[in-house]
Amino acid sequence: MSKPKFAMYWAASCGGCEIAVLNIHEKILDVDANFDVAFWPVAMDAKYKDVEAMEDGSILLTLWNGGIRNDENEHIAHLLRKKSKILVAFGSCACEGCIPGLANFSPVNEIVDTAFSTITTDNPDNIRPQSSFAMPEGNITIPTLYPVLRTLDQVEDVDYYMPGCPPESHQIAAVIDLVIQVLQGKAELPPKGATIGAGNSTVCDECPRKRNVKTIKEFGRIQLTHADPELCLLEQGIPCNGPATRSGCNARCATVGAQCIGCYGPAEGVVDYGARLISAFASVIDSNKPDEIDKILDGLVDPAGQFYRFNLAGSLLRSSKSAQKG
Amino acid sequence: MQRITIDPITRLEGHGKIEIFLNDQGNVTNTYFQIPELRGFERFCVGRPVEEMPLLTNRICGVCPEAHHMAAAKATDAVYHVEVPRTGKMLRELLYSAFYATDHTTHFYALGGPDFIMGPDAPVAERNILGVIHKVGLEIGGKVIQMRKYGHTVVEIIGGRKVHPCTSIPGGLTKGINEEQRKEIEQMGRWAIEFAQFSLKAFSDIVLSNKTYLDLIVGDIYTHKTYYMGLVDGNNKVNFYDGMVRVVGPDGKEYVKYAPKDYAAHIAEHVEPWTYLKFPYLKNVGWKGFVDGSDSGVYMATPLSRLNAADGMATPLAQAEYEKFYSTLGGKPVHQRLAIHWARLIELLYAAERWVELVTDPEITSPNYHAIPTAVPTEGVGIVEAPRGTLTHHYWTDERGVVTKVNLIVGTTNNYAPITMSIKKAADSLIKNGNVNEGLLNMVEMAFRAYDPCFGCATHSLPGQMPLEVTIYDAQGNPLNVLKQFCD
Amino acid sequence: MTEETKPFEPVIIGFTCNWCSYRAADMAGTARIKYAPNIRLIRLMCSGRLDPTFVFKAFAGGADAVLISGCHPGDCHYVEQNYKAMRRFHLLKRVLVQMGIEPGRLKLLWASAAEGAIFAAEINKFVEEVRALGPLNWAKPGELVSTPIMEEVTA
Repeated sequence: MSKPKFAMYWAASCGGCEIAVLNIHEKILDVDANFDVAFWPVAMDAKYKDVEAMEDGSILLTLWNGGIRNDENEHIAHLLRKKSKILVAFGSCACEGCIPGLANFSPVNEIVDTAFSTITTDNPDNIRPQSSFAMPEGNITIPTLYPVLRTLDQVEDVDYYMPGCPPESHQIAAVIDLVIQVLQGKAELPPKGATIGAGNSTVCDECPRKRNVKTIKEFGRIQLTHADPELCLLEQGIPCNGPATRSGCNARCATVGAQCIGCYGPAEGVVDYGARLISAFASVIDSNKPDEIDKILDGLVDPAGQFYRFNLAGSLLRSSKSAQKG
Repeated sequence: MQRITIDPITRLEGHGKIEIFLNDQGNVTNTYFQIPELRGFERFCVGRPVEEMPLLTNRICGVCPEAHHMAAAKATDAVYHVEVPRTGKMLRELLYSAFYATDHTTHFYALGGPDFIMGPDAPVAERNILGVIHKVGLEIGGKVIQMRKYGHTVVEIIGGRKVHPCTSIPGGLTKGINEEQRKEIEQMGRWAIEFAQFSLKAFSDIVLSNKTYLDLIVGDIYTHKTYYMGLVDGNNKVNFYDGMVRVVGPDGKEYVKYAPKDYAAHIAEHVEPWTYLKFPYLKNVGWKGFVDGSDSGVYMATPLSRLNAADGMATPLAQAEYEKFYSTLGGKPVHQRLAIHWARLIELLYAAERWVELVTDPEITSPNYHAIPTAVPTEGVGIVEAPRGTLTHHYWTDERGVVTKVNLIVGTTNNYAPITMSIKKAADSLIKNGNVNEGLLNMVEMAFRAYDPCFGCATHSLPGQMPLEVTIYDAQGNPLNVLKQFCD
Repeated sequence: MTEETKPFEPVIIGFTCNWCSYRAADMAGTARIKYAPNIRLIRLMCSGRLDPTFVFKAFAGGADAVLISGCHPGDCHYVEQNYKAMRRFHLLKRVLVQMGIEPGRLKLLWASAAEGAIFAAEINKFVEEVRALGPLNWAKPGELVSTPIMEEVTA
């Protein structure tokens, strides 16, 4: 009796999600015991043609990480959707765009121009990469970049979302346990569209720091102070996205003195993550005078980046105006 | 004209495609190695506060975020013209050493190693960590898991998280370690030294004592004579975290040694329109194409390059291995690319020794791990050795410390030209008269895998049912758990 | 030129508070003071109810500009919440500018229930300011799609 098939694929990503899966350590043997790995480029040698040859729906579970940056990413998304019963948007890139989504602040030609004209780039003819280039032997191709980076569910139907950059390994282990229980008929899958492997509250709930009523007279920079290790960072004027970020990570960053940068995505019920943070930050500014408010806000040197760091591609606006023109 | 496409390349981090063209006689006319991805960090980091760079650039690579985190941290220190207190520097290098031990381990045992340890023509089903386990011993699986666990535990203790550390800020870190944590890190480090020695012995027993494998290493197919680059400390010994960049020529003699801030005077990047990645080369030698030799600006940056560029290793056990390495392979420099696997294990030992050296320093638990910057931020360069090569981060900011410009030269990027050359040479040498099979194509991919110590799976099952019993040991060598599949 | 060009008619969403600014709009209506039909009013109980999400949704949905209106500082029916609206407005504007939306497309207006004429005049002024800025033309999600933008170079 053959085991159900498992696949994991990376699009515009960094490989951290793959590492997070490996960091379940001995539990990888449970994956091994219960699944056949059909396609996982980082770890084994199946190629695209092998996936194309599979029957539709023959892969039980596919974990997709990475955003949709180019046409190859989109093509493989459609391919794996066809071949998979369950498709999980795994990790922040697939769920909401993550750091590569910051590219949506600029038109895509600026992305390419910047890379191909750095101070060390030797490019006297101002060459840019071409999607198809004629060499003496034949045409060779590379994927074409899209005007903006998109999330997986903006191009394909997604069954579940697992947030985090990357998802915490203990959460991954719990989800694997659940899937194995489902395979053994001992548990039910959650309803389609659910967020799995994460909590239902905010990072503030998991944070060990003391919280009082916040009245901020100044926003500071983490390097320019020795922050009180027991007190809420936002209360000390250090920007922290805990109030709008989904729980599930044990508030690791705030515990070690770094701000929550929001990698677990929007908390339950949040429609636009950045909007929620604008509300939260503005509410605690300690002033009713416009000039003073502006002066306090000057301390937040990059509000759009702070509030949409991981979430730009998944926000209501999705990109800046200039990025839309391609 | 026949065309073979390998897409995607596998057992590696990142994306890539190899196109091999054959003429009517079935011999290779040309080979192209293309990188199909571009995300745009150099553009979208502009406008961000510079203290976020160690966090944003983590996401360039989730396999070696520690490398980007450290290069970024050093660049932000330079931007703020602030000197990190000794404890802060040590904590960063300690995290980094533990990370190196983990990363080199997973590459050797699960990624590039299986090709090499199992032999180039091994069937697909055996050409992976399980094949390695069968050959070297079942306890290996448990040890590899243990090494990865220990390494990531140190990263988490000092860096806050296992993947994408978050504690480096301009001037130092957000936290230090206490005595309890220090003891735990020391215990793990001592185990790591033993594991590294075990790995070197395994390499010696399986590979070096086998004539076929030894011939493969010293043979010509995977050999190129290029320049070699690596960071060296004040004594010209290998250092991963800090130092000057040293480049030696194909003859092994020093060509140049420069401080990180001067990198742009020595490195330029060549552009081709059929790929998204650029080809760094030595500016003052010049770009002469994908060719070997002292007239060609092509240089390599890998564990082998670091050993070639340095005068030795800074710790005693690794130094002994360094000497054995060169005496076995006929002196410095070594040009054979498959020897990178061996060099990687010597670095694994150094990383473990350095780990213990740092964690036993009396000041490692000091609370003085951060100096608040006072100068106006302007511009700075940070260079570290990533496992796969020299990593350069260069930032410019405005007077508020908001990034205005970024230049990055990432580890593997240094090797894009050498890898292209290695793949082409392997394809040329191996594919003749139209004889192509899966094993030969894998040998073409082997040319690639030697360079990139990407990660692999600690234990992983490929299609096919391998009987497997793995015993997990604790740090004292007592069996904790025995896991079995497909056996009684 | 044979093409008929109609003048651009801005679409503006106005969030007004129940106790002051919405009543001002009402008052303009009953006093038959005309104000431009470009503005579509949405009544909230308080300007402090204004969630920045509404503003993003308005722009993403096709609005060319957004007005936020509430009681004068010190007169909020719920005591202090219009100050929250004020603070949110300032921060929201900075974020919108980073997204490429001109600051002139978001306006904060205090109006008491008695100021119907002033309210109408301010709206008319705002409509002309937005007309001068031109349409926002925010791309619909389906439009941010597949047009690959790189050229093909063949032999």
